[in-house]
Amino acid sequence: MELICPAGTPAAFREAVDAGADAVYCGFRDETNARNFPGLNFSRDELKAAIAYARQHGTMTFVAINTFMRAGREKLWHEAVDDAVRLGGDAVILADFGLMAYTAERYPEQRLHVSVQASAANADAVNFLVETFRAKRVVLPRILTIPDIARLAKQIRCEIEVFVFGGLCVMAEGRCSLSSYATGKSPNMNGVCSPASHVRYREDGRELVSELGEYTINRFPAGEAAGYPTLCKGRFNVADERGYAFEDPVSLDVMDHVDLLREAGVSALKIEGRQRGKAYVAEVVSVMRRALAANAADRPALISRLRLLSEGQRTTSGAYEKRWR
Amino acid sequence: MTVPPAMAVPLRLIPVPAIERATRLVFSHVMMRHPGLFDRLGEHAGKRYGFFPSDLPVGFLVEPAKNRISVHRKPDLPATDAAVTGGFVLLLGLLEGRLDGDAVFFSRDLTVTGDMEAMLALRNALDDCNIDLPTDIGSLAGPFAPLVRRTAVEIRSRVLPKEAGQWN
Repeated sequence: MELICPAGTPAAFREAVDAGADAVYCGFRDETNARNFPGLNFSRDELKAAIAYARQHGTMTFVAINTFMRAGREKLWHEAVDDAVRLGGDAVILADFGLMAYTAERYPEQRLHVSVQASAANADAVNFLVETFRAKRVVLPRILTIPDIARLAKQIRCEIEVFVFGGLCVMAEGRCSLSSYATGKSPNMNGVCSPASHVRYREDGRELVSELGEYTINRFPAGEAAGYPTLCKGRFNVADERGYAFEDPVSLDVMDHVDLLREAGVSALKIEGRQRGKAYVAEVVSVMRRALAANAADRPALISRLRLLSEGQRTTSGAYEKRWR
Repeated sequence: MTVPPAMAVPLRLIPVPAIERATRLVFSHVMMRHPGLFDRLGEHAGKRYGFFPSDLPVGFLVEPAKNRISVHRKPDLPATDAAVTGGFVLLLGLLEGRLDGDAVFFSRDLTVTGDMEAMLALRNALDDCNIDLPTDIGSLAGPFAPLVRRTAVEIRSRVLPKEAGQWN
């Protein structure tokens, strides 16, 4: 199985390549990619240099152009595809059907991957994209169990890529409107979930309070590990109880189930984290590479060292191993 | 790791202009070796960034648009658009990109206040710049550069958290 690794900057890209990534995914410095954070991402020249570096080391580059086009501004997304193809991206990762159509018509030889943001999670949806736009791979949303994935693999005619480590989006990706509700901006349209422009942290006594727009997301007591200020991982008062209504501040880790994922028909394992620093990328990619080469019994010890780098300093197998609250 | 009081206390006695002069020498040298450092800041270049080591009696104000760093004695710290507070060693680790900012934040060893967008842009800019303080500072030492660099690398390997710095 391929190891697909994140890069938000050229420095992180080189670290991912050096640490043993089979492919590195990244995006342009604009709202065409779903990690459109300040100071992050690649200019055209930076992507060109990164692709050259990757090729020297036998690594592929996937370009994520995975937000949804806005009417009247399609040119921004079309140019992103034009440039990704021209610069030699090994695959483009797309979510918008219109952009998939543009790519399939203009660049029939270009390898096209279906982004997790397309939320293609059943055989009809995936096969439609394969037949209509010649998609070669689908990145599945993090809402399926491993048996679900195994059943799906038997019914579709393309490769499957799944997230195995990093930030955990618990919603049907590409369909979530929580960030839009609180801030007017979303990963789907603007490339930002809980945009930094709307985030505020403040100390209240010994508590760390995180706020998103006009909403208090969490209050972390002294000594408790903190998390991102996303609504899906907020601590709320619901009826008479105070707690995490959707999910705790926690990251995904399904490396214990790698063999099951392989048997299920998964072709590629994806690490989340384009917004993370190069230290995180280097550490996670190198550990994951070692873990994939290790025996199943040795993997937990290898992966456990990554827990301190994770949101809330805890990990979960999420929906892959579904347990209802 | 926090800075031992034996090292922090002398900073209470040294006049701020003297500390500032040394700090500006290092800052200008780093900027000379990494001229693109602030390119990623975009609209946030005009902001005022505070770096307030929790274990030192002084804080630092960086103004990228003016290419300037200034030193301020606590508790008279300046107004900032965004500020980060944490141990001095952690702040240096972040400056070099040897520590992951999010991970340090999750652990509560770091506090970030003010304009998150500006601070995020600066974090990402620093992360991409490959600053290596032993090399950058060492190059100030002329013929003694190799010795200074080796010494600084040794100190860094002892004070940075174990999980950092193993990858390069």
